[in-house]
Amino acid sequence: MDAIVQVNGLRKAYGATVAVDGISFEVCHGEIFGMVGPNGAGKTTTIECLEGLRKPDGGRLSVLGVDPILGSQVLRERAGMQLQQSNLPDRMKVWEALDLYASFYPRPVDWQALIAQLGLEEKRNTPFAKLSGGQKQRLFIALALLPDPQLIFLDELTTGLDPQARRAIWDLILAVRALGKTILLTTHFMEEAERLCDRVAILDHGRIVALDTPSALIHNLAAEERVSFTLLGGVSPALQQALAQLGSVEMNGDQVTVSSPNGRARPLVSEVVSLLTAQGAAFRDLSTRQPSLEDVFLSLTGRAMRD
Amino acid sequence: MKSLLKMTWMEAKLFLREPAAAFFTLAFPLVMLLIFATIYGNTPPPGSTGSQGAIDALIPAFTAMVIGITGLMAVTMTMATYRENGILRRLRTTPVKPLVVMAAQVAVVFVMTGLGVLILLAAGVLLYHVRLPGNPISFLGGYALSSLSFFGIGFILAGVLPTARTAQVVAMVLLYPMLILSGAAWPRELMPAAVQKVTACIPLTYVVNLLRGLWAGEPWGAHLLDVAVLVVMLLAGAFISARIFRWE
Ligand SMILES: Nc1ncnc2c1ncn2[C@@H]1O[C@H](COP(=O)(O)OP(=O)(O)OP(=O)(O)O)[C@@H](O)[C@H]1O
Ligand SMILES: [Mg+2]
Repeated sequence: MDAIVQVNGLRKAYGATVAVDGISFEVCHGEIFGMVGPNGAGKTTTIECLEGLRKPDGGRLSVLGVDPILGSQVLRERAGMQLQQSNLPDRMKVWEALDLYASFYPRPVDWQALIAQLGLEEKRNTPFAKLSGGQKQRLFIALALLPDPQLIFLDELTTGLDPQARRAIWDLILAVRALGKTILLTTHFMEEAERLCDRVAILDHGRIVALDTPSALIHNLAAEERVSFTLLGGVSPALQQALAQLGSVEMNGDQVTVSSPNGRARPLVSEVVSLLTAQGAAFRDLSTRQPSLEDVFLSLTGRAMRD
Repeated sequence: MKSLLKMTWMEAKLFLREPAAAFFTLAFPLVMLLIFATIYGNTPPPGSTGSQGAIDALIPAFTAMVIGITGLMAVTMTMATYRENGILRRLRTTPVKPLVVMAAQVAVVFVMTGLGVLILLAAGVLLYHVRLPGNPISFLGGYALSSLSFFGIGFILAGVLPTARTAQVVAMVLLYPMLILSGAAWPRELMPAAVQKVTACIPLTYVVNLLRGLWAGEPWGAHLLDVAVLVVMLLAGAFISARIFRWE
């Protein structure tokens, strides 16, 4: 598939702070490409260089076939952009904002329909300043979709949204992609990246530390499968030994947790259950945790919050 | 073109939704007139309609004052605030051109201030029996030229100064001496000779001269210097402000 976005050795520093340190990737036509990373990892800087809003210090960029700085007019006409930080005049109403922004584009989508899709009908006549954070966010997503663009940039797609709104936005994004659009987004929700993205780049300190499909990231990066349960009849040494064959065992009174590296032939949970049944050990409260993108993210970027 | 119309209409609505600013722009000249007329006690006696009283002289001066105030304050504050709040940043992601953003601002402030001046003229005629100038259209033309050339200063301030707050302070600092020295607040003829020399460096002086002349029925030809200065300001202002326009 053709690359809609090509990034080659992108670098951007603010004084002594190197925000993006030579990253390269491609986004293909019709793909949902996600960037995740801790605060200050360089996601916004990268996306805004691609949007032509910031001037890179180095590297070659091509977006929709043009250089984002030289061809910024082309980009503005053909890409939809949702910024992490921006505003509308306080007293501008929701419908007025959509109506005004629609007039900037040659072939905008029907903004009345967008209002409905983003659940803003009740707020059509509300001034921008009186919207809640999540409602503002939805309005900005609507503005990004308004030009009916081939390429859509969404910086922090669902930050500030309630769970329902978030799911509604996911459906909307998937529907937009089904129309053949390409989407480049950043998010702090690993579940979102896992659900939506065809490929995810994990950024840290201005570099890409991993880039793959969510499932490949989870499978390749030695995350653990974990099974916990409570034993009713105490722990016999024989049982303990047998469990240790399956993986590392943690005991806490009669609470047991078995964990083992991901990627076994049989899922850990079924092995644990067959073993307990074979040994006639009674148990309850069994729970399992499959590794998720979140585990991959935490193991790659460190558990501590940073900025 | 469609975006310019939409944007102008939107800005006009936003302007009117700011009641304090709208009231100030529309009613300020009128309020000034009422205050000064009360101070001067110059309600012309019956029968003397048309005499060149103090009020007749005040109207062009107030018009110049309004031009100075809106030119320096109105677009400066709006543009600086829009930039500071990230409103221009959002606009920047669209194909809309800076010129459209600026033109919409100019159109709205220009029309609203013009309405304020018309209200002033109407009040002068109705309340104080002021004699209209030989050619009111010519006077309004003078208003248009002066007002447009002053917007340039506003956009340049907005472009150069970092925040809305500093823009406001700098505009004020420039405005007050300008109002006093240009002859808008009181006649330059009453100032010491040395001060009169300084006034030649003040852009608003040329507005005062032009408007007073046109009001008194003098032809444009009698004010070539004033017109030349204002036209140069207009062109330079448009050129520079388009050059230094910043989205963020
Ligand atoms: N305009 C700026 N001036 C100076 N430094 C900046 C600027 N913008 C970003 N930075 C710095 O660059 C680094 C990367 O910032 P960036 O906004 O790209 O991170 P991010 O990954 O988007 O973070 P977040 O998840 O918090 O949005 C940070 O260290 C930040 O302090
Ligand atoms: Mg960011």
